[in-house]
Amino acid sequence: MTTKISRRTFVQGIGAAAAVGAIGAPSLAFGAGKKVVVVGGGTAGATAARYVKMADSSIDVTIVEQNKDYFTCYLSNEVLGGDRDIDSIKFGYDGLKAIGINIVIDEVTGIDADKNTVSTKGGEKIEYDRCIVAPGVSFDYDKIEGYDEEVAEKIPHAWKAGPQTVTLRKQLEAMKDGGVVVIAPPNNPFRCPPGPYERAAQIAYYLKNHKPKSKIIIMDPKEKFSKMGLFTQGWEKFYGYGTDNSMISWHGAAEESGIESVDPKTGQMTNMFGDEIKSDVLNIIPDQKAGKIAIIAGLTNDKGWCPIDLKTFESTIHKNIHVIGDAAIAKGLPKSGYAANSEAKVCAAAVAALLAGKEVGVPSYVNTCYSVISKDYGISVASVHRLAKDGSKIIKVSGGLTPKDASDEMHKREVGYAYSWLKNITTDAFALK
Amino acid sequence: MIVSSFIKKAPLALGMALLISQSAFAADDKKEKPELLTGASTDMIVNTCAGCHGPDGYSRGPAIPTIGGMAKTYIVETMEGFKSEEIPSTIMGRIAKGYTTEEFEQMGDYFSAKPYVEAKGQESDKKLAAKGKKLHKKYCEKCHSEGGTEAEDEAGMLTGQWKAYTAASLTDYISGDRKAPKKMKKKLKKMIKKKGKESVEALIEYYAK
Repeated sequence: MTTKISRRTFVQGIGAAAAVGAIGAPSLAFGAGKKVVVVGGGTAGATAARYVKMADSSIDVTIVEQNKDYFTCYLSNEVLGGDRDIDSIKFGYDGLKAIGINIVIDEVTGIDADKNTVSTKGGEKIEYDRCIVAPGVSFDYDKIEGYDEEVAEKIPHAWKAGPQTVTLRKQLEAMKDGGVVVIAPPNNPFRCPPGPYERAAQIAYYLKNHKPKSKIIIMDPKEKFSKMGLFTQGWEKFYGYGTDNSMISWHGAAEESGIESVDPKTGQMTNMFGDEIKSDVLNIIPDQKAGKIAIIAGLTNDKGWCPIDLKTFESTIHKNIHVIGDAAIAKGLPKSGYAANSEAKVCAAAVAALLAGKEVGVPSYVNTCYSVISKDYGISVASVHRLAKDGSKIIKVSGGLTPKDASDEMHKREVGYAYSWLKNITTDAFALK
Repeated sequence: MIVSSFIKKAPLALGMALLISQSAFAADDKKEKPELLTGASTDMIVNTCAGCHGPDGYSRGPAIPTIGGMAKTYIVETMEGFKSEEIPSTIMGRIAKGYTTEEFEQMGDYFSAKPYVEAKGQESDKKLAAKGKKLHKKYCEKCHSEGGTEAEDEAGMLTGQWKAYTAASLTDYISGDRKAPKKMKKKLKKMIKKKGKESVEALIEYYAK
């Protein structure tokens, strides 16, 4: 079935055009009748849709997203710590609908780069002039024997927030005092580089207050990790890290501690040495690559990520398709929620300019990422980035970490700013009131 | 349980990893920076503020301040203050160094043209707030008119600003970490001497509205 334009799209399009007419926006002529389809309604996709519409309200913008609600990955570790309700990180699409964006809840099954169409499981075929693909990540289940998508429902990775986050929280609640939690972080690159270590801190925060005899073992295939000095400092301050009685222990690449296999029935693992490791709660975060649809659409390189032009985020493989967020190789930007939001804005401005036949402007990018280690104790990394003149790299022009000698007052403020950031970035992305 | 050899190796491994990470940073600093594209539009620049401060600079709280509706001069001066580290901050010092004075002016032009939207749903102690109101009139109103919501005063927004931010700012002014204008320093000192430390709390509650 090929529908050039669905009835709903058509009706909403008229509504948006009428609204524009009422305030007499002169931009109506530029991209009039042009269509942008956004694949994926996470932080990157939602932001991109909103900012394309803001740049030129005459563009018909459609988001195709498979879930009716989105749970932010950021701050989801606090659900494991017990201080946050899962509903506080749940966001819907009514705000975006209200500004004239078409929302289609369906799974994209293919993108035809020659015919400029997106097809869905529900049988829709949606035409686009430009497509923005924001698929997030998918998991490389092949690397750990015995672990796959089905097993992940029981032994959750919880690396896409939502039901698995709740499952993992329930497992922690059900665990006896004196139990062992094993966290197995992935190899680089992966979504939210500080995430596994904030997760260890948040789980420790829960256990310290409720099951103080318990232990957390991090079995890391890497030799170092994001914000390592600050996490180490925070773990020492709150969870006895480095002492005989530490709640958290971290084992890195020097010990070949990456997980090789897991028995899906017992949760028993082996590492690269063949050592057997048992746990009461197991959290395996598998290696990652671009979201499934990016792979299906042929937008990925041999490593499973999407090469792009850093000024427009247009795929260097397929024309008229842009890739943003965790799936993109945004050389110099991390795979974080704020980077996704920032990339989306740069991409949206480029898409609107290209559709209007205008020159693409100079980009500016930003990232801030907070980690909450304990109640009233947060750390952060922040940076501002610009594009190299030759377009080869996104260069960090300023930024850095929370200073190691920051006062308790400053750590407390960072938590307040982290909570504000959650509210403001989701208001920004999902067009909340 | 986990094999013991595994645990014994941990401190050494961690130490090594820290060394590696430190040398990696040092190497990064020495790298020569290539030439950059400059001249981003105002929209492009202010879009990088919205993720934290909210669209149009209207923060939904509970701690990041609303910057929409502030005076341009105040925005530019504050950003310069963060950049030079004269104003203490968590992340703003790290961020401000990534922008030029011209870009601060772009931010100032944009956010000063937006309406100031007061914080909604903040809790405030009514009794203390009533005291704060009187204190504001006596010690602050002369420069911060209309409860500190007039952009023309070229100062930060007070009434309806997020409470945690007001508290942080006042704490820094009083400790001297943030340099207050001469008059303000004098008035604050006088107020605390006469009315005690509780007077600061009262002001915070009054502005929280």
